[in-house]
Amino acid sequence: MNFDDTPQEAEFRATARAWIGANAPRQYEEELRKSSLGRTQLKNANILEVAKAWQKKKADAGWACLHWPKEYGGRGSSPIERVIWQQEEGPFGKLSHMFIIGHGMCGPTMMAFAREEHKRKYLPPLASGEKVWCQLFSEPAGGSDVAGLRTRAEKDGDDWVINGQKIWTSGAHYSDYGILLTRTDPTVPKHKGLTMFFLDMKSPGVEVRPIKQASGASDFNEVYFTNVRIPDHQRLGEVGDGWNVSLTTLMNERMSIGAGVSTGFPELFEYCSSLMLVDGPAIEDRAVRSKLANWAVKASGLRYTSMRAISALSKGERPGPENSIGKLVAGSMIQDVATYALDLQGAAGVVSGPEDAELAGRFQAMLLRAPGTRVEGGTDEIMRNIIAERVLGLPGDIRVDKDVPFNKIPTKGRN
Amino acid sequence: MNFDFSDDQKQLRDQARKFLAEKCSPKAVRVVLDGKATYDKELWKGLAEMGFLGVAIPEEYGGAGAGHLELCVIAEEMGRANAPVPFSSTVYLAAEALLIAGSDAQKKKWLPAIASGEAIGTLALFEGKGNPSPKNVKLTAVNGVLNGVKKPVADGTIADFAVVAARTGSSGRENDISLFLVDLRAGGVEIKSLTNLDPTRGQAEISFRDCRVEPLGAAGEGWSILTAVLDRAAVLCAFEQVGGADRALEMGRDYALDRIAFGRQIGSFQAVKHMLADMYVSATLARSNSYYGAWALSTNAAELPEAAAAARISATQAFQHCAKNNIQVHGGMGFTWEFDCHMYYRRANAMALGLGSLSYWEDQLIDRMRKKNAA
Repeated sequence: MNFDDTPQEAEFRATARAWIGANAPRQYEEELRKSSLGRTQLKNANILEVAKAWQKKKADAGWACLHWPKEYGGRGSSPIERVIWQQEEGPFGKLSHMFIIGHGMCGPTMMAFAREEHKRKYLPPLASGEKVWCQLFSEPAGGSDVAGLRTRAEKDGDDWVINGQKIWTSGAHYSDYGILLTRTDPTVPKHKGLTMFFLDMKSPGVEVRPIKQASGASDFNEVYFTNVRIPDHQRLGEVGDGWNVSLTTLMNERMSIGAGVSTGFPELFEYCSSLMLVDGPAIEDRAVRSKLANWAVKASGLRYTSMRAISALSKGERPGPENSIGKLVAGSMIQDVATYALDLQGAAGVVSGPEDAELAGRFQAMLLRAPGTRVEGGTDEIMRNIIAERVLGLPGDIRVDKDVPFNKIPTKGRN
Repeated sequence: MNFDFSDDQKQLRDQARKFLAEKCSPKAVRVVLDGKATYDKELWKGLAEMGFLGVAIPEEYGGAGAGHLELCVIAEEMGRANAPVPFSSTVYLAAEALLIAGSDAQKKKWLPAIASGEAIGTLALFEGKGNPSPKNVKLTAVNGVLNGVKKPVADGTIADFAVVAARTGSSGRENDISLFLVDLRAGGVEIKSLTNLDPTRGQAEISFRDCRVEPLGAAGEGWSILTAVLDRAAVLCAFEQVGGADRALEMGRDYALDRIAFGRQIGSFQAVKHMLADMYVSATLARSNSYYGAWALSTNAAELPEAAAAARISATQAFQHCAKNNIQVHGGMGFTWEFDCHMYYRRANAMALGLGSLSYWEDQLIDRMRKKNAA
């Protein structure tokens, strides 16, 4: 048992470290290091532009999408090299946020299902960040129950005509392309009538409207489709096989989002180490210490769980199912951590404006963003179902709509 | 990075699991649970023959000379089987105290006897209510003569010897405390059995009256030796707790698959599924924290104090959580003496207190994290 690199890994790490040292945008390092959930921005620069420039620089030197094949813009690296890169990239990795969906979900789906000429055309600019992709799955009527979606695709000559609405689409407002799950046959049970496409987000009839979130910010969008035409050669997988195609995407979603979960604990520990309460330093208060200890072991437990997964990668094995706990644990933890940080501030915790609030409102921003972490990429409840069914082998839910044609499934809870 | 046990160590784990499945069935545990024996003597003999009692004891003292990682994998299996033997008292506490502070003669006398299963040892630290603290040690040692009462002492009724913490000064500092090695068969020792939460591991009150004893380690070094012993034991106990938590989770899962209610497997209800998923989450966090503790223990890393406290807290929580919800999944049957659920519930809650309670370790963890940050 050890934490050492193999000689090969050490060599790769040294190369990566040297390149990052010479090329990373150091002027933003401190700000990026201090940014946390709900508050990732740069004071004097547009973070999207900085992110795109860093991604392009990495791509030009062969450091983008490391685990992708070289012909599609990657480096052909092993999974462990990808992890080492992420470790070395450190706070600059936060600049990859806008590419997570494209690199983590759309890319792998294209790689598995697109035609060869499309892969060669679309994947390299996706890897380099010159083109940004989004994922168009969720709908007002289909969140956790994604297969309940209603956006229609109807064949018309060599094209498909799309009508409907998507929601919760991250980054649709700056995306160039998207992968889109549609219903092509409403007369068969819901999982059987779906088909996947990719499309140009600038196509006529696509309208993107930002959603004002509960936090007040807008990271997500609604996307409306009105007679949007997609050529049949942009179909991914067979007609009616969209559900299986989407499973590839969603498996990748859970892995990529789970990889970089933040718990809020380092921020809280740092805060409590300097905070003074009436009776003395917060860190010397028994109640504070007990809370901190309980979160400390969750945070360390997640850290060492991912190290176990990394060890498996290092040996060329598949990581075990234990990594599936990351998002579930971190999502509710960061919400609790933020709530407690405000509790320690007393009535002043209510002030959230960056100019007047404690720590420029860091924990207030975290609190307001936190509910989203427990919903996006699979709700806490869906994550528990996944653990129960796929890890523990418990029965799937009884699905009353399983054999019912989609257009016969009730659409209202009560009249 | 290789943050995992080696293939040899995993093989040892399989070997221990197989051995315990055969020799330490729930039926065997019940002999002790029902008070028909104080511990499982046959199993103890078998553990010695397998080389498990001395796995981390150096060869020159009659052990296998393997190491702490090997001891960790065996500990996990002992916890999984709920073994009714004085393994933790003898191996994690007494043997580790001897390894850390014993003279060559003391090691030669006791370690081979531990490895061969002839001697049972324990640590006598507590004196009634309260967590580990020099202030809670009232029992005195004057010129090598002990006077005072220790309770509870785990496995005290069956132990042959004990490491005893005694007050040798009154400055109010840690160096008031020294350790002594006491042959419990000697004169001046009176042992009384205490009814306790977990009958598969006895607890005792031990009174020392003008009891002549030999020192273990240097005078005034007792508290720092104890701290080191408790850290090691915290990691090793964490593996027992992880083993117990996993077993309780498995029992709950299996019952949820077998039991039909409302015409369905109860494991198909989300209320039950989610309870079991949460048990898996705590067991996984505990396992990962414990692995880190094992790494720190086996390499004697500077991180050991922090790693041990984290493993202790995480594993204690996980075992308690899994044991109590295993009963909940079983419903009424889980609350019967006949079902095995309560054995794990008892063990989980007894283990949560044995080395000092959760609130003590929470406090330790934060102190140690602060020290690390200051360094």
